[in-house]
Amino acid sequence: MKKVELAVIGAGPAGLCAAIEGAKHGLQVTLIDENIRAGGQLFKQIHKFFGSGVHRAGIRGVDIGSQLLDETEKAGVEVMLDTVVWGLFEDKVLALVHEGRSTQLSAERIILAAGATENALAFPGWTLPGVMGAGAAQTMMNMHRVMPGKKAIMVGSGNVGLIVGYQLIQAGIKLELLVEAAPEIGGYSVHASKLARNGVKIFTSTTIKEARGDERVESAVTVSVDENWNPVPGTEREHEVDMVCLAVGLSPLIELARLAGCGFKYLSELGGHVPLHDEKMETTQPGIYVAGDIAGIDEASTAMEEGRIAALAAAESLGRLGGEEADALKKSARKRMEEFWDGSFGRRVKASKESLSVKE
Amino acid sequence: MRKDKELRVNEHPILGSAEERPRVKIKVDDQWMEAIEGEPVAAALMASGKMVFRYTTRLNEPRGVFCAIGRCTDCMMTVDGIPNVRTCITPVREGMVILTQRGEGRWEGISFEKG
Ligand SMILES: Cc1cc2nc3c(=O)[nH]c(=O)nc-3n(C[C@H](O)[C@H](O)[C@H](O)COP(=O)(O)OP(=O)(O)OC[C@H]3O[C@@H](n4cnc5c(N)ncnc54)[C@H](O)[C@@H]3O)c2cc1C
Ligand code: FES
Repeated sequence: MKKVELAVIGAGPAGLCAAIEGAKHGLQVTLIDENIRAGGQLFKQIHKFFGSGVHRAGIRGVDIGSQLLDETEKAGVEVMLDTVVWGLFEDKVLALVHEGRSTQLSAERIILAAGATENALAFPGWTLPGVMGAGAAQTMMNMHRVMPGKKAIMVGSGNVGLIVGYQLIQAGIKLELLVEAAPEIGGYSVHASKLARNGVKIFTSTTIKEARGDERVESAVTVSVDENWNPVPGTEREHEVDMVCLAVGLSPLIELARLAGCGFKYLSELGGHVPLHDEKMETTQPGIYVAGDIAGIDEASTAMEEGRIAALAAAESLGRLGGEEADALKKSARKRMEEFWDGSFGRRVKASKESLSVKE
Repeated sequence: MRKDKELRVNEHPILGSAEERPRVKIKVDDQWMEAIEGEPVAAALMASGKMVFRYTTRLNEPRGVFCAIGRCTDCMMTVDGIPNVRTCITPVREGMVILTQRGEGRWEGISFEKG
Protein backbone atom coordinates (compact mmCIF):
# COMPACT_ATOMS: atom_id res chain seq x y z
CA MET A 1 0.00 0.00 0.00
CA LYS A 2 1.20 3.46 -0.85
CA LYS A 3 2.22 5.61 2.13
CA VAL A 4 2.27 9.38 2.41
CA GLU A 5 2.98 11.77 5.24
CA LEU A 6 -0.04 14.00 4.74
CA ALA A 7 -3.25 13.21 2.88
CA VAL A 8 -5.60 16.14 2.29
CA ILE A 9 -9.14 15.22 1.29
CA GLY A 10 -10.94 17.85 -0.77
CA ALA A 11 -9.27 20.37 -3.08
CA GLY A 12 -11.39 23.43 -2.34
CA PRO A 13 -9.85 26.57 -0.84
CA ALA A 14 -9.27 24.83 2.51
CA GLY A 15 -7.63 21.73 1.04
CA LEU A 16 -5.51 23.62 -1.50
CA CYS A 17 -4.09 25.92 1.19
CA ALA A 18 -3.47 22.99 3.51
CA ALA A 19 -1.62 21.07 0.81
CA ILE A 20 0.51 24.07 -0.19
CA GLU A 21 1.42 24.90 3.41
CA GLY A 22 2.24 21.27 4.22
CA ALA A 23 4.49 20.88 1.18
CA LYS A 24 6.22 24.20 1.94
CA HIS A 25 7.27 22.76 5.27
CA GLY A 26 8.72 19.64 3.74
CA LEU A 27 5.83 17.23 4.06
CA GLN A 28 5.15 14.72 1.33
CA VAL A 29 1.54 15.64 0.51
CA THR A 30 -1.19 13.95 -1.52
CA LEU A 31 -4.25 16.08 -2.27
CA ILE A 32 -7.36 14.14 -3.24
CA ASP A 33 -10.57 15.34 -4.91
CA GLU A 34 -13.46 13.52 -6.53
CA ASN A 35 -13.77 16.09 -9.33
CA ILE A 36 -11.79 16.12 -12.55
CA ARG A 37 -10.65 19.62 -11.71
CA ALA A 38 -9.38 21.04 -8.41
CA GLY A 39 -10.80 24.18 -6.81
CA GLY A 40 -13.95 23.05 -5.01
CA GLN A 41 -16.51 25.83 -4.97
CA LEU A 42 -13.95 28.56 -5.76
CA PHE A 43 -14.30 28.63 -9.53
CA LYS A 44 -17.99 29.44 -9.35
CA GLN A 45 -17.44 32.36 -6.97
CA ILE A 46 -17.14 35.21 -9.44
CA HIS A 47 -17.90 37.93 -6.90
CA LYS A 48 -15.28 39.98 -5.09
CA PHE A 49 -14.32 38.73 -1.65
CA PHE A 50 -14.81 40.64 1.56
CA GLY A 51 -12.24 41.56 4.19
CA SER A 52 -9.04 43.53 3.83
CA GLY A 53 -5.97 43.18 1.61
CA VAL A 54 -4.45 40.33 3.59
CA HIS A 55 -7.58 38.28 2.94
CA ARG A 56 -7.22 38.88 -0.78
CA ALA A 57 -10.40 40.92 -0.52
CA GLY A 58 -11.56 42.58 -3.71
CA ILE A 59 -10.24 39.58 -5.64
CA ARG A 60 -12.69 37.16 -7.17
CA GLY A 61 -12.85 33.52 -6.13
CA VAL A 62 -12.02 32.36 -9.68
CA ASP A 63 -8.74 34.26 -9.64
CA ILE A 64 -7.79 33.04 -6.18
CA GLY A 65 -8.48 29.54 -7.46
CA SER A 66 -6.07 29.89 -10.38
CA GLN A 67 -3.37 31.29 -8.09
CA LEU A 68 -3.77 28.41 -5.66
CA LEU A 69 -3.59 25.78 -8.40
CA ASP A 70 -0.36 27.35 -9.54
CA GLU A 71 1.13 27.33 -6.07
CA THR A 72 0.04 23.72 -5.53
CA GLU A 73 1.98 22.64 -8.57
CA LYS A 74 5.06 24.66 -7.63
CA ALA A 75 5.04 23.32 -4.09
CA GLY A 76 5.28 19.76 -5.41
CA VAL A 77 1.97 18.48 -4.10
CA GLU A 78 0.78 15.22 -5.62
CA VAL A 79 -2.78 15.86 -6.82
CA MET A 80 -5.12 12.91 -7.33
CA LEU A 81 -8.27 14.01 -9.16
CA ASP A 82 -11.27 11.88 -10.14
CA THR A 83 -10.70 10.13 -6.82
CA VAL A 84 -13.44 9.58 -4.25
CA VAL A 85 -12.51 8.75 -0.68
CA TRP A 86 -15.21 6.36 0.48
CA GLY A 87 -13.65 4.88 3.58
CA LEU A 88 -11.37 5.77 6.45
CA PHE A 89 -10.11 2.86 8.48
CA GLU A 90 -8.01 2.32 11.57
CA ASP A 91 -4.38 3.46 11.39
CA LYS A 92 -5.38 6.18 8.92
CA VAL A 93 -5.91 3.98 5.90
CA LEU A 94 -8.02 5.62 3.21
CA ALA A 95 -10.13 3.65 0.74
CA LEU A 96 -10.27 5.33 -2.66
CA VAL A 97 -11.85 4.89 -6.05
CA HIS A 98 -9.29 6.43 -8.38
CA GLU A 99 -10.32 6.80 -12.02
CA GLY A 100 -12.83 4.00 -11.60
CA ARG A 101 -10.52 1.57 -9.76
CA SER A 102 -10.35 0.93 -6.06
CA THR A 103 -7.13 1.40 -4.16
CA GLN A 104 -5.85 2.30 -0.70
CA LEU A 105 -3.56 4.88 0.75
CA SER A 106 -2.07 5.10 4.18
CA ALA A 107 -1.24 8.48 5.69
CA GLU A 108 0.53 9.63 8.83
CA ARG A 109 -1.66 12.71 9.10
CA ILE A 110 -5.03 13.45 7.48
CA ILE A 111 -6.73 16.77 6.86
CA LEU A 112 -10.44 16.50 6.07
CA ALA A 113 -11.51 19.42 3.87
CA ALA A 114 -14.58 17.92 2.21
CA GLY A 115 -16.66 21.11 2.27
CA ALA A 116 -20.42 21.22 2.52
CA THR A 117 -23.63 20.25 0.82
CA GLU A 118 -26.60 22.51 0.12
CA ASN A 119 -29.72 22.12 2.20
CA ALA A 120 -33.00 21.30 0.51
CA LEU A 121 -36.46 22.50 1.36
CA ALA A 122 -39.49 20.26 0.94
CA PHE A 123 -42.76 21.66 -0.44
CA PRO A 124 -45.24 20.31 -2.98
CA GLY A 125 -43.44 20.17 -6.29
CA TRP A 126 -39.91 20.48 -4.88
CA THR A 127 -38.72 17.48 -6.86
CA LEU A 128 -39.79 18.91 -10.23
CA PRO A 129 -36.97 19.52 -12.69
CA GLY A 130 -36.22 23.25 -12.46
CA VAL A 131 -36.14 23.31 -8.66
CA MET A 132 -32.47 23.31 -7.68
CA GLY A 133 -29.94 24.51 -5.18
CA ALA A 134 -28.69 28.06 -5.67
CA GLY A 135 -25.20 26.58 -5.80
CA ALA A 136 -26.34 24.22 -8.55
CA ALA A 137 -27.49 27.17 -10.65
CA GLN A 138 -24.17 28.88 -9.85
CA THR A 139 -22.23 25.83 -10.99
CA MET A 140 -24.17 25.60 -14.25
CA MET A 141 -23.92 29.31 -15.09
CA ASN A 142 -20.45 30.25 -13.92
CA MET A 143 -18.51 27.05 -14.47
CA HIS A 144 -20.26 25.42 -17.40
CA ARG A 145 -21.80 28.60 -18.81
CA VAL A 146 -25.22 27.07 -19.22
CA MET A 147 -28.53 28.72 -18.29
CA PRO A 148 -30.64 26.35 -16.20
CA GLY A 149 -33.76 28.42 -16.98
CA LYS A 150 -34.94 31.83 -18.13
CA LYS A 151 -36.98 33.24 -15.29
CA ALA A 152 -36.25 32.44 -11.66
CA ILE A 153 -37.37 32.83 -8.10
CA MET A 154 -34.76 32.70 -5.32
CA VAL A 155 -35.71 31.32 -1.92
CA GLY A 156 -33.55 32.65 0.92
CA SER A 157 -31.80 35.97 1.44
CA GLY A 158 -28.54 34.92 3.08
CA ASN A 159 -25.37 35.86 1.24
CA VAL A 160 -25.55 32.84 -1.05
CA GLY A 161 -29.13 33.73 -2.09
CA LEU A 162 -28.25 37.38 -2.68
CA ILE A 163 -24.94 36.75 -4.45
CA VAL A 164 -26.22 33.94 -6.66
CA GLY A 165 -29.35 36.02 -7.30
CA TYR A 166 -27.17 38.72 -8.80
CA GLN A 167 -25.16 36.14 -10.72
CA LEU A 168 -28.40 34.90 -12.33
CA ILE A 169 -28.89 38.38 -13.72
CA GLN A 170 -25.27 38.53 -14.89
CA ALA A 171 -25.82 35.27 -16.77
CA GLY A 172 -28.83 36.73 -18.55
CA ILE A 173 -31.54 35.04 -16.50
CA LYS A 174 -34.42 37.13 -15.21
CA LEU A 175 -34.69 37.04 -11.44
CA GLU A 176 -38.38 37.62 -10.91
CA LEU A 177 -38.33 37.76 -7.13
CA LEU A 178 -36.56 36.73 -3.98
CA VAL A 179 -38.45 35.54 -0.91
CA GLU A 180 -37.29 35.34 2.68
CA ALA A 181 -39.35 33.78 5.46
CA ALA A 182 -37.73 35.92 8.18
CA PRO A 183 -38.90 39.53 8.58
CA GLU A 184 -35.48 40.80 7.51
CA ILE A 185 -32.84 40.16 4.84
CA GLY A 186 -30.25 37.67 6.10
CA GLY A 187 -27.12 38.68 4.18
CA TYR A 188 -25.11 41.86 3.63
CA SER A 189 -27.23 44.83 2.59
CA VAL A 190 -24.81 45.81 -0.23
CA HIS A 191 -25.76 42.62 -2.02
CA ALA A 192 -29.49 43.19 -1.41
CA SER A 193 -29.35 46.73 -2.75
CA LYS A 194 -27.68 45.49 -5.94
CA LEU A 195 -30.70 43.27 -6.53
CA ALA A 196 -33.16 46.04 -5.70
CA ARG A 197 -31.37 48.35 -8.15
CA ASN A 198 -31.87 45.71 -10.82
CA GLY A 199 -35.60 45.69 -10.25
CA VAL A 200 -35.80 42.44 -8.33
CA LYS A 201 -38.77 42.29 -5.99
CA ILE A 202 -37.74 41.22 -2.51
CA PHE A 203 -40.50 39.87 -0.27
CA THR A 204 -39.66 39.28 3.40
CA SER A 205 -41.95 37.28 5.74
CA THR A 206 -42.72 35.24 2.64
CA THR A 207 -41.95 31.67 1.64
CA ILE A 208 -42.53 29.29 -1.22
CA LYS A 209 -45.63 27.17 -0.93
CA GLU A 210 -45.58 25.13 -4.09
CA ALA A 211 -43.86 24.62 -7.42
CA ARG A 212 -46.26 23.76 -10.23
CA GLY A 213 -45.73 22.17 -13.59
CA ASP A 214 -46.10 18.95 -15.48
CA GLU A 215 -42.61 17.78 -16.38
CA ARG A 216 -40.79 20.90 -15.21
CA VAL A 217 -41.42 24.05 -13.22
CA GLU A 218 -43.95 26.32 -14.91
CA SER A 219 -44.87 28.49 -11.94
CA ALA A 220 -44.27 28.96 -8.23
CA VAL A 221 -46.73 29.90 -5.51
CA THR A 222 -45.54 32.09 -2.65
CA VAL A 223 -47.31 32.82 0.62
CA SER A 224 -46.83 35.30 3.49
CA VAL A 225 -45.91 33.90 6.88
CA ASP A 226 -46.72 35.29 10.31
CA GLU A 227 -44.24 35.80 13.14
CA ASN A 228 -44.39 32.06 13.95
CA TRP A 229 -43.61 31.24 10.32
CA ASN A 230 -47.12 29.90 9.74
CA PRO A 231 -48.58 30.58 6.28
CA VAL A 232 -51.25 33.30 6.22
CA PRO A 233 -54.24 31.93 4.27
CA GLY A 234 -55.39 34.06 1.38
CA THR A 235 -51.96 35.61 0.71
CA GLU A 236 -50.93 33.09 -1.95
CA ARG A 237 -49.58 34.49 -5.21
CA GLU A 238 -48.61 32.58 -8.34
CA HIS A 239 -45.55 33.65 -10.32
CA GLU A 240 -44.67 32.48 -13.78
CA VAL A 241 -41.12 31.14 -13.50
CA ASP A 242 -39.26 28.11 -14.86
CA MET A 243 -36.65 27.94 -12.14
CA VAL A 244 -36.77 27.81 -8.34
CA CYS A 245 -33.42 28.30 -6.60
CA LEU A 246 -33.09 27.22 -3.00
CA ALA A 247 -30.57 29.12 -0.89
CA VAL A 248 -31.53 27.79 2.49
CA GLY A 249 -28.16 27.05 3.98
CA LEU A 250 -25.34 24.55 3.80
CA SER A 251 -24.46 21.57 5.98
CA PRO A 252 -20.92 20.33 6.67
CA LEU A 253 -20.06 17.12 4.78
CA ILE A 254 -19.07 15.07 7.80
CA GLU A 255 -19.28 11.43 6.73
CA LEU A 256 -15.53 10.87 6.78
CA ALA A 257 -15.15 12.50 10.20
CA ARG A 258 -17.90 10.18 11.44
CA LEU A 259 -16.11 7.14 10.02
CA ALA A 260 -12.96 8.30 11.76
CA GLY A 261 -14.81 8.31 15.07
CA CYS A 262 -14.44 12.04 15.71
CA GLY A 263 -16.52 13.72 18.39
CA PHE A 264 -19.24 16.15 17.27
CA LYS A 265 -21.34 19.04 18.46
CA TYR A 266 -24.56 20.39 16.96
CA LEU A 267 -24.38 24.12 16.27
CA SER A 268 -27.08 25.56 14.04
CA GLU A 269 -25.01 28.75 13.37
CA LEU A 270 -22.32 26.55 11.79
CA GLY A 271 -24.72 24.46 9.71
CA GLY A 272 -25.37 21.41 11.89
CA HIS A 273 -23.17 18.66 13.31
CA VAL A 274 -19.58 19.84 13.35
CA PRO A 275 -16.49 17.82 14.33
CA LEU A 276 -15.02 19.06 17.62
CA HIS A 277 -11.58 20.53 17.06
CA ASP A 278 -8.95 22.52 18.92
CA GLU A 279 -7.06 25.70 17.94
CA LYS A 280 -4.77 23.60 15.72
CA MET A 281 -7.85 22.25 13.87
CA GLU A 282 -7.13 18.76 15.27
CA THR A 283 -10.23 16.64 15.94
CA THR A 284 -10.72 14.31 18.89
CA GLN A 285 -8.86 11.71 16.80
CA PRO A 286 -5.14 12.44 17.06
CA GLY A 287 -3.54 13.24 13.71
CA ILE A 288 -6.87 13.89 11.98
CA TYR A 289 -7.59 17.55 11.30
CA VAL A 290 -10.50 19.47 9.75
CA ALA A 291 -10.53 22.71 7.74
CA GLY A 292 -13.07 24.76 5.83
CA ASP A 293 -16.81 24.18 5.66
CA ILE A 294 -16.55 20.75 7.28
CA ALA A 295 -15.34 22.56 10.42
CA GLY A 296 -18.41 24.84 10.35
CA ILE A 297 -19.94 26.74 7.44
CA ASP A 298 -18.17 30.02 6.79
CA GLU A 299 -16.52 31.67 3.80
CA ALA A 300 -13.66 30.75 1.52
CA SER A 301 -11.38 33.30 3.20
CA THR A 302 -11.50 31.58 6.58
CA ALA A 303 -11.45 28.13 4.95
CA MET A 304 -8.02 29.01 3.53
CA GLU A 305 -6.62 30.08 6.89
CA GLU A 306 -7.96 26.97 8.60
CA GLY A 307 -6.29 24.85 5.94
CA ARG A 308 -2.97 26.54 6.63
CA ILE A 309 -3.30 26.15 10.40
CA ALA A 310 -4.12 22.44 10.10
CA ALA A 311 -1.12 21.82 7.83
CA LEU A 312 1.22 23.75 10.12
CA ALA A 313 0.03 21.65 13.04
CA ALA A 314 0.55 18.45 11.04
CA ALA A 315 4.07 19.54 10.02
CA GLU A 316 4.88 20.44 13.60
CA SER A 317 3.66 17.11 14.94
CA LEU A 318 5.92 15.32 12.44
CA GLY A 319 8.89 17.36 13.56
CA ARG A 320 9.23 19.47 10.41
CA LEU A 321 8.73 22.72 12.15
CA GLY A 322 10.02 24.04 15.49
CA GLY A 323 7.38 24.80 18.08
CA GLU A 324 8.14 28.51 18.08
CA GLU A 325 8.05 28.95 14.33
CA ALA A 326 4.87 26.89 14.10
CA ASP A 327 3.26 28.92 16.84
CA ALA A 328 4.12 32.20 15.18
CA LEU A 329 2.77 31.05 11.80
CA LYS A 330 -0.41 29.64 13.30
CA LYS A 331 -0.91 32.81 15.30
CA SER A 332 -0.68 35.03 12.25
CA ALA A 333 -3.16 32.83 10.35
CA ARG A 334 -5.52 32.97 13.30
CA LYS A 335 -5.12 36.73 13.53
CA ARG A 336 -6.11 37.12 9.87
CA MET A 337 -9.14 34.97 10.58
CA GLU A 338 -10.12 37.01 13.65
CA GLU A 339 -9.85 40.21 11.62
CA PHE A 340 -12.08 38.70 9.00
CA TRP A 341 -14.61 37.71 11.63
CA ASP A 342 -14.76 41.23 12.96
CA GLY A 343 -18.07 41.96 11.20
CA SER A 344 -21.38 41.18 12.88
CA PHE A 345 -21.83 37.88 11.01
CA GLY A 346 -18.27 36.97 11.78
CA ARG A 347 -18.72 37.49 15.48
CA ARG A 348 -21.53 34.96 15.50
CA VAL A 349 -19.39 32.43 13.66
CA LYS A 350 -16.44 33.10 15.94
CA ALA A 351 -18.48 32.58 19.11
CA SER A 352 -19.79 29.26 17.78
CA LYS A 353 -16.35 28.15 16.68
CA GLU A 354 -14.97 28.85 20.12
CA SER A 355 -17.58 26.66 21.74
CA LEU A 356 -16.28 23.76 19.61
CA SER A 357 -12.83 23.83 20.99
CA VAL A 358 -11.58 20.65 22.63
CA LYS A 359 -9.25 21.60 25.41
CA GLU A 360 -6.53 19.13 26.31
CA MET B 1 -19.89 27.03 -33.83
CA ARG B 2 -22.31 28.89 -31.62
CA LYS B 3 -25.86 27.67 -31.59
CA ASP B 4 -28.36 30.41 -30.88
CA LYS B 5 -31.02 28.01 -29.72
CA GLU B 6 -28.76 26.68 -27.01
CA LEU B 7 -29.17 28.05 -23.49
CA ARG B 8 -25.54 29.11 -23.17
CA VAL B 9 -24.02 32.08 -21.40
CA ASN B 10 -21.97 33.32 -24.34
CA GLU B 11 -21.41 36.84 -23.06
CA HIS B 12 -20.80 37.63 -19.41
CA PRO B 13 -19.88 40.90 -17.66
CA ILE B 14 -17.28 39.18 -15.45
CA LEU B 15 -16.31 36.03 -17.31
CA GLY B 16 -16.18 37.71 -20.72
CA SER B 17 -17.01 36.01 -24.02
CA ALA B 18 -17.06 32.24 -23.99
CA GLU B 19 -14.11 30.82 -25.88
CA GLU B 20 -14.83 28.62 -28.82
CA ARG B 21 -14.19 25.04 -27.84
CA PRO B 22 -14.25 21.86 -29.89
CA ARG B 23 -17.55 20.04 -30.04
CA VAL B 24 -18.33 16.35 -29.85
CA LYS B 25 -21.41 14.41 -30.92
CA ILE B 26 -23.51 12.56 -28.37
CA LYS B 27 -26.67 10.50 -28.79
CA VAL B 28 -29.50 11.28 -26.41
CA ASP B 29 -32.55 8.99 -26.59
CA ASP B 30 -32.03 8.24 -30.30
CA GLN B 31 -31.20 11.81 -31.24
CA TRP B 32 -27.72 13.00 -32.05
CA MET B 33 -26.74 16.37 -30.67
CA GLU B 34 -23.62 18.45 -30.11
CA ALA B 35 -21.89 19.06 -26.82
CA ILE B 36 -18.78 20.97 -25.85
CA GLU B 37 -15.79 18.74 -25.32
CA GLY B 38 -15.18 18.01 -21.63
CA GLU B 39 -18.37 19.54 -20.26
CA PRO B 40 -20.54 17.40 -18.00
CA VAL B 41 -23.35 15.49 -19.73
CA ALA B 42 -25.88 17.41 -17.59
CA ALA B 43 -24.58 20.78 -18.82
CA ALA B 44 -24.88 19.68 -22.46
CA LEU B 45 -28.43 18.46 -21.89
CA MET B 46 -29.52 21.60 -20.04
CA ALA B 47 -28.02 23.76 -22.78
CA SER B 48 -30.24 21.89 -25.22
CA GLY B 49 -33.28 22.56 -23.03
CA LYS B 50 -33.65 19.04 -21.68
CA MET B 51 -34.81 19.09 -18.06
CA VAL B 52 -36.07 15.55 -17.35
CA PHE B 53 -33.17 13.16 -16.85
CA ARG B 54 -34.96 10.21 -15.33
CA TYR B 55 -38.28 8.95 -13.92
CA THR B 56 -38.46 7.52 -10.40
CA THR B 57 -39.01 3.83 -9.74
CA ARG B 58 -42.30 3.76 -7.87
CA LEU B 59 -44.16 6.95 -8.74
CA ASN B 60 -42.68 7.53 -12.18
CA GLU B 61 -41.96 11.16 -11.33
CA PRO B 62 -39.56 13.27 -13.38
CA ARG B 63 -36.20 14.30 -11.95
CA GLY B 64 -33.49 16.62 -13.23
CA VAL B 65 -30.43 18.45 -11.98
CA PHE B 66 -30.70 19.41 -8.33
CA CYS B 67 -27.19 19.88 -6.87
CA ALA B 68 -24.94 19.84 -9.96
CA ILE B 69 -21.97 18.67 -7.88
CA GLY B 70 -22.53 14.94 -7.61
CA ARG B 71 -24.20 14.84 -4.21
CA CYS B 72 -27.92 14.20 -4.71
CA THR B 73 -28.14 11.56 -7.51
CA ASP B 74 -31.21 13.23 -9.04
CA CYS B 75 -29.47 13.55 -12.42
CA MET B 76 -28.72 9.85 -12.92
CA MET B 77 -29.10 8.46 -16.44
CA THR B 78 -27.97 5.41 -18.38
CA VAL B 79 -24.68 6.29 -20.06
CA ASP B 80 -23.00 3.94 -22.52
CA GLY B 81 -25.07 1.08 -21.17
CA ILE B 82 -24.36 1.75 -17.51
CA PRO B 83 -27.36 2.82 -15.41
CA ASN B 84 -27.32 5.30 -12.51
CA VAL B 85 -24.48 7.48 -13.77
CA ARG B 86 -24.40 10.96 -12.19
CA THR B 87 -24.43 13.05 -15.34
CA CYS B 88 -23.53 16.31 -13.59
CA ILE B 89 -20.00 15.05 -12.92
CA THR B 90 -19.53 12.84 -15.98
CA PRO B 91 -17.79 14.55 -18.91
CA VAL B 92 -19.15 14.00 -22.43
CA ARG B 93 -17.16 11.92 -24.87
CA GLU B 94 -17.44 11.64 -28.66
CA GLY B 95 -20.10 9.07 -29.51
CA MET B 96 -21.46 8.74 -25.99
CA VAL B 97 -24.94 7.19 -25.81
CA ILE B 98 -27.22 8.64 -23.14
CA LEU B 99 -30.68 7.39 -22.19
CA THR B 100 -33.36 8.98 -20.04
CA GLN B 101 -33.60 6.44 -17.26
CA ARG B 102 -36.78 4.71 -16.13
CA GLY B 103 -36.67 3.52 -12.52
CA GLU B 104 -33.48 1.71 -11.65
CA GLY B 105 -32.48 1.38 -15.25
CA ARG B 106 -30.96 -1.61 -17.02
CA TRP B 107 -27.47 -2.60 -18.02
CA GLU B 108 -27.58 -2.23 -21.78
CA GLY B 109 -25.47 -4.57 -23.89
CA ILE B 110 -22.96 -5.25 -21.15
CA SER B 111 -21.96 -8.80 -20.38
CA PHE B 112 -20.79 -9.77 -16.93
CA GLU B 113 -19.18 -12.96 -18.11
CA LYS B 114 -15.45 -13.32 -17.78
CA GLY B 115 -13.28 -12.35 -20.66
C1 LIG C 1 -22.54 24.81 -4.36
C2 LIG C 1 -21.92 25.79 -3.39
C3 LIG C 1 -21.80 27.14 -3.74
C4 LIG C 1 -21.22 28.06 -2.87
N1 LIG C 1 -21.12 29.35 -3.26
C5 LIG C 1 -20.59 30.27 -2.41
C6 LIG C 1 -20.46 31.63 -2.77
O1 LIG C 1 -20.84 32.02 -3.87
N2 LIG C 1 -19.91 32.50 -1.89
C7 LIG C 1 -19.45 32.10 -0.67
O2 LIG C 1 -18.92 32.91 0.10
N3 LIG C 1 -19.57 30.82 -0.31
C8 LIG C 1 -20.12 29.90 -1.12
N4 LIG C 1 -20.23 28.60 -0.73
C9 LIG C 1 -19.67 28.27 0.57
C10 LIG C 1 -18.33 27.63 0.27
O3 LIG C 1 -18.47 26.31 0.65
C11 LIG C 1 -17.07 28.28 0.87
O4 LIG C 1 -16.94 29.57 0.37
C12 LIG C 1 -15.76 27.53 0.51
O5 LIG C 1 -15.73 27.13 -0.84
C13 LIG C 1 -15.51 26.35 1.40
O6 LIG C 1 -14.29 25.74 1.06
P1 LIG C 1 -13.92 24.24 1.39
O7 LIG C 1 -12.53 24.06 0.91
O8 LIG C 1 -14.22 23.96 2.80
O9 LIG C 1 -14.94 23.35 0.55
P2 LIG C 1 -15.19 23.13 -1.03
O10 LIG C 1 -14.80 24.31 -1.81
O11 LIG C 1 -16.58 22.65 -1.15
O12 LIG C 1 -14.19 21.94 -1.41
C14 LIG C 1 -14.35 20.61 -0.95
C15 LIG C 1 -13.91 19.65 -2.03
O13 LIG C 1 -13.82 18.33 -1.49
C16 LIG C 1 -14.36 17.40 -2.40
N5 LIG C 1 -14.77 16.20 -1.66
C17 LIG C 1 -15.73 16.11 -0.70
N6 LIG C 1 -15.82 14.85 -0.24
C18 LIG C 1 -14.91 14.12 -0.91
C19 LIG C 1 -14.53 12.75 -0.87
N7 LIG C 1 -15.10 11.88 -0.02
N8 LIG C 1 -13.56 12.32 -1.72
C20 LIG C 1 -12.96 13.20 -2.56
N9 LIG C 1 -13.28 14.51 -2.63
C21 LIG C 1 -14.23 14.97 -1.82
C22 LIG C 1 -15.50 18.18 -3.02
O14 LIG C 1 -15.96 17.64 -4.23
C23 LIG C 1 -14.88 19.56 -3.18
O15 LIG C 1 -14.20 19.68 -4.40
C24 LIG C 1 -20.78 27.64 -1.59
C25 LIG C 1 -20.92 26.29 -1.24
C26 LIG C 1 -21.47 25.36 -2.11
C27 LIG C 1 -21.62 23.91 -1.69
S1 FES D 1 -27.50 16.88 -9.80
FE1 FES D 1 -27.09 16.08 -7.85
S2 FES D 1 -25.82 14.36 -8.34
FE2 FES D 1 -26.06 15.35 -10.23
